[in-house]
Amino acid sequence: MTRPRFAWHRLVAVVVKEFIQMRRDRLTFAMIVGIPIIQLLLFGYAINSDPRNLPTAVLSQDNSAFSRAIVTALQSSSYFRVTVLAQDAEELDAMLARGEVQFAVEIPTGFGRNLMRGDRPALLVMADATDPAATGNAVGALERVVDGAMAPLLDGPLAAFARGAPAVDLRIQRRYNPEGITQYNIVPGLMGTILTMTMIIMTALAMTRERERGTMENLLAMPVRPTEVMFGKLAPFILVGAIQVAVILGAATTLFGVPMVGEPGVLAVGLLVFIVANLAVGFLFSTIARNQLQAMQMSFFFFLPSILMSGFMFPFRGMPDWAQAIGEALPLTHFLRVVRGVMLKGNSLAEVWPDIWPMMVFLLGATVLAIARYRQTLD
Amino acid sequence: MSPVIEVRGLTKRFGDRTVVDRFDLQVARGQIMGFLGPNGSGKTTVIRMLCGLLVPDGGEGSCLGHDIRTGSWAIKQRVGYMTQRFSLYEDLTIRENLDFVARLHGLPERQAKVAEALKRLGLAGRKEQLAGTLSGGWKQRLALAACVLHAPDLLLLDEPTAGVDPKARREFWDEIHALAAGGMTVLVSTHYMDEAERCHRIAYLAYGKLLATGTVEEVVAGSGLSTWHVTGPERRITRLVEELARRPGVAMVAPFGATLHVSGPDAAALDAAVAPFREEADLAWSRGTPTLEDAFIHLMTRADDDRRGNGA
Repeated sequence: MTRPRFAWHRLVAVVVKEFIQMRRDRLTFAMIVGIPIIQLLLFGYAINSDPRNLPTAVLSQDNSAFSRAIVTALQSSSYFRVTVLAQDAEELDAMLARGEVQFAVEIPTGFGRNLMRGDRPALLVMADATDPAATGNAVGALERVVDGAMAPLLDGPLAAFARGAPAVDLRIQRRYNPEGITQYNIVPGLMGTILTMTMIIMTALAMTRERERGTMENLLAMPVRPTEVMFGKLAPFILVGAIQVAVILGAATTLFGVPMVGEPGVLAVGLLVFIVANLAVGFLFSTIARNQLQAMQMSFFFFLPSILMSGFMFPFRGMPDWAQAIGEALPLTHFLRVVRGVMLKGNSLAEVWPDIWPMMVFLLGATVLAIARYRQTLD
Repeated sequence: MSPVIEVRGLTKRFGDRTVVDRFDLQVARGQIMGFLGPNGSGKTTVIRMLCGLLVPDGGEGSCLGHDIRTGSWAIKQRVGYMTQRFSLYEDLTIRENLDFVARLHGLPERQAKVAEALKRLGLAGRKEQLAGTLSGGWKQRLALAACVLHAPDLLLLDEPTAGVDPKARREFWDEIHALAAGGMTVLVSTHYMDEAERCHRIAYLAYGKLLATGTVEEVVAGSGLSTWHVTGPERRITRLVEELARRPGVAMVAPFGATLHVSGPDAAALDAAVAPFREEADLAWSRGTPTLEDAFIHLMTRADDDRRGNGA
């Protein structure tokens, strides 16, 4: 038997056919152009691994030139942005727990007087260290900021302080993750990321598979309502999600020693809403996509910003406002706050509620759109 | 009693292409209506409009007493639709597929009904086999079993026997007749003439238009075709095809083995056309009756000419 020789005309035939098919598939074409643009924009403008302007709450129980200087110095440093002036210590704690601020600064009573006496008064700075990457650089800069604030005031009789030990006893508390262990942040976050990926892809294939295999026509010819099909297709994946959660939680606690400070029940509520929200998005994609490849591409299109802009890979507060606004629209962003809040901070249902309802709104929106998109006819 | 299917002026367009054009049809209860026409003539589209899978762009009608535009939910409950392509789940077993359909219809005594269907199918022994591994004939029987499971009043069968061997086709049609005898109305599309002849009535569709309807005899008679059969030596017959086809008054020349069917719409013109050849010693001529196929091909050719005549 002779082996046929390589022939250019056959190669060209295949190349031409592939180009024609590529041109017909507009979504793939959009991906070819869209993915690099999105990546460039996100990495170029949105993502910043050295986050600045971190929201900071200040509780000043002292009204002296020194305390005012510290607040001013924090404000003018690029790392901190004083957003709230708290009334008491409880308010500070609550804001940290809810994740409304990244830092809480407490200036005790008699701060200025004690400083002038040379008593080295304490300046308490509490950081939400659930994401060590978000606070690391700011904490590092803190000492410089405080010293810089004090320096101009330490003249005349106080000049001696400027030369000796620091005039202020700066105490930094890394809340929720005192050792700054990255895994504490990554592993719970991974739960959200993995769920997003698997839940969306699996349901995105749900309707497109019916269409591609030709079973759609039969399904439509039988008496069944869109909601019955949708939730019938989603329900088994809630179980799949639960299995994934069990695996990840098991590994998180045994392999990585991630604590579970809060109530598992609260986490379960967040998980259920989050999983169903993702399934609904996947189902929505599957009603839009014409084939399974398109469904996969749409899932990827959704997954990319989710992973980059949710605060999973890069600090959420490190992004500019427009990017944070996009991030707020993604269910993963809210779920990350819930899972970190419950596991690391011990948040209650009331404390995570501000992140539960946005996921519910998202779920409702995706469901309404999916049902509206669901075609009961072959038109 | 009102007809099971009654549609008037049914029209469907895909883009600027009119697929079904002012289509009228009536089917009485218990009747087997054969639905014939060339590929792309709109048969599937009509069936899909009847069971609510497509929304008509024009016309009106009812199916089982429900308006086809607004009553599709009620129609779906009482219709069994067998799609042209196998559309059950290939990755479910035979029993699981039937079980799924039975659950969707909310059938009481579901398991008993499924078991009974399996037995009637002769598939009880293979019920755990994946549907995807069945041969064409068995897939078709399974699909039929699935769409009659809920004892519908109307069966819509879209080319149910395409690619199925003659014995399986014969059995399939016996089953259809048994169902019709039980009061089920059947609309079945097909390309096979022998199947058309097993229908109570037939409707012939081309380019989305209804060209003929009635019993087989009525349709053949209605075509106005007259036919001669001629036999002779093979080589002479082969040449005769071309010679006859050129004669005015001859619409169709079709060889059936050693016999040639020569047909034309005008009996006198046809006789004149074949007259010169009737004297040939080695040709044997006889008057024949046109077959249903002759009638259809003639109807279609005429529809073609009409379209060209209209500048379409």
